[in-house]
Amino acid sequence: MSTPALPIDQRAAATGDRSGYAMEFENVCIAFDEKVVLDGISFRLNHGETKAVFGVAGSGKSVMLKLAIGLMRPDSGRITVLGQEVTSETEQELFKLRSRVGIVFQESALFDSLKVWENVSFRLMEEKIPFDEIERRVRESLRFVELERTYDMFPSELSGGMRRRVAIARAIISQPEVLLYDSPTGGLDPVTSNTIIELIMKQRDVYKTSALLVTHRLQDAFTMASHEFDAKKNEMISIPKGQRGQVPLSFLILKDGKVIFDGDAHELAASRDEYIREYIS
Amino acid sequence: MALELELVSPVDVVKKFVLSVQEYMALAAQSVANFFRRPLYMGDMLQQADLIGFGSLPIVVLTGLSVGALLALNSASTLQRFGGITLIGQLVSLGMVTELGPLITGLMVAGRNASGMASELGSMIVTEQIDAMRALGTDPSKKLVTPRVGATAFMLFFLTIIADLLGLVGGWAVAHLLFGLDTNQYWTSAWETLVFRDVFSGLIKPVMFGFIISTVGCYYGMSTTGGTQGVGRSTTQAVVASSVLILITDFFVTKLIFAIFGVR
Repeated sequence: MSTPALPIDQRAAATGDRSGYAMEFENVCIAFDEKVVLDGISFRLNHGETKAVFGVAGSGKSVMLKLAIGLMRPDSGRITVLGQEVTSETEQELFKLRSRVGIVFQESALFDSLKVWENVSFRLMEEKIPFDEIERRVRESLRFVELERTYDMFPSELSGGMRRRVAIARAIISQPEVLLYDSPTGGLDPVTSNTIIELIMKQRDVYKTSALLVTHRLQDAFTMASHEFDAKKNEMISIPKGQRGQVPLSFLILKDGKVIFDGDAHELAASRDEYIREYIS
Repeated sequence: MALELELVSPVDVVKKFVLSVQEYMALAAQSVANFFRRPLYMGDMLQQADLIGFGSLPIVVLTGLSVGALLALNSASTLQRFGGITLIGQLVSLGMVTELGPLITGLMVAGRNASGMASELGSMIVTEQIDAMRALGTDPSKKLVTPRVGATAFMLFFLTIIADLLGLVGGWAVAHLLFGLDTNQYWTSAWETLVFRDVFSGLIKPVMFGFIISTVGCYYGMSTTGGTQGVGRSTTQAVVASSVLILITDFFVTKLIFAIFGVR
């Protein structure tokens, strides 16, 4: 993107965020009918940090992302995003906050009836930005995900991996301060998955965006923990073993609606919990 | 495989029904309130007007012509027996303008567009496109529901006028070609029999039916659950519910007009 992202501490000051966290979940509970999906989960996401969220299917990972952006309401608990309390705000008030948060849905959720450029520029068109500016930013976003050639295509003409990358382009076009990725590599081949992880890493290391990354693939998170994006070479490079702890990446594991682990890669590797050992083995 | 029967409490059924009515009313009220709030998506409304209005024109033309012709054909033989064939213009005119024009057009458009709206919005729900729209800071009620409601109510008004006119043309074709009634006599009696209350009744109904078709279609679409199977279910329910509501509303609006203007 042409406009460089603000450094993390300046971003927080500029947005009036005094909580010091990009996101905070406090004792959040939600149940569907009789089934408790999230049972009092609490965690914090620092500015500029990426938190990889793990859990078996149906453990409430996607629900957590929808709660974070106010697409669902918790039964109890408090959620704060960029200093704004999501849980107490009306849908209309949340629209403002959502302009500062990007989300990539599990199945991309691109609008079928709109072309790729219209999908990517959806938010900007709603904001009535001049067309020249929109076109420039759409091309920039598509260039970021290396899909500029799909500008005039419909989503139905794209492969699964390309759709995910377009969804990432749509999420980042407004340079959000927080990004939420819902299984961005789910169901994709290893090469395409790697491309997407590289894009997420680029967003983390070049634009310092805070992110929640829901994934089933442990190897994705380990790649993110062991690599960083080199903006000059425009590719990810492996971090020497001794310096890996400096990467702003943490892990969160959900089990039976509760957080059973929240920490960095070293703490995860050192964990003696049987379930976690089995999960990461 | 053993057949398992699940007993549902009548109280739960009533509760579910009341909740559905409440949610429908909220969606309908919101769709109207959105006309007074910015942004108003005029581009989407015009697109929907094209899809709903011009898209429905062929079936409205066909049904209008057929119903008018059938009305004339069925009544002509009876009227001829009593030497009242000249009244055929009055009968077709009154029948089409006050009742059959709005009703048949409403039911046709309900079959075509309530199902279309429910399936389109339902698919958007199950593929998370509605969530994506909300996440991108756009209110789906403003962007998707209100343009459909405005466009359907507006276009149904004109579609009904077209159906009325073509019904009269169909009636004239039967009266003139099959029963030898003079063209001038037919159109004069058809025109002169209509009074303000008939035209008012015939033009207020399509606006109400348009509102019912679009709000019911959007409600079932937006409340879709259960994946692609749910989309199919919503589509069917939207057509059934909007058709039934149109018939019920028609009865009460006619009664109300009788109460206001007196029985003819």
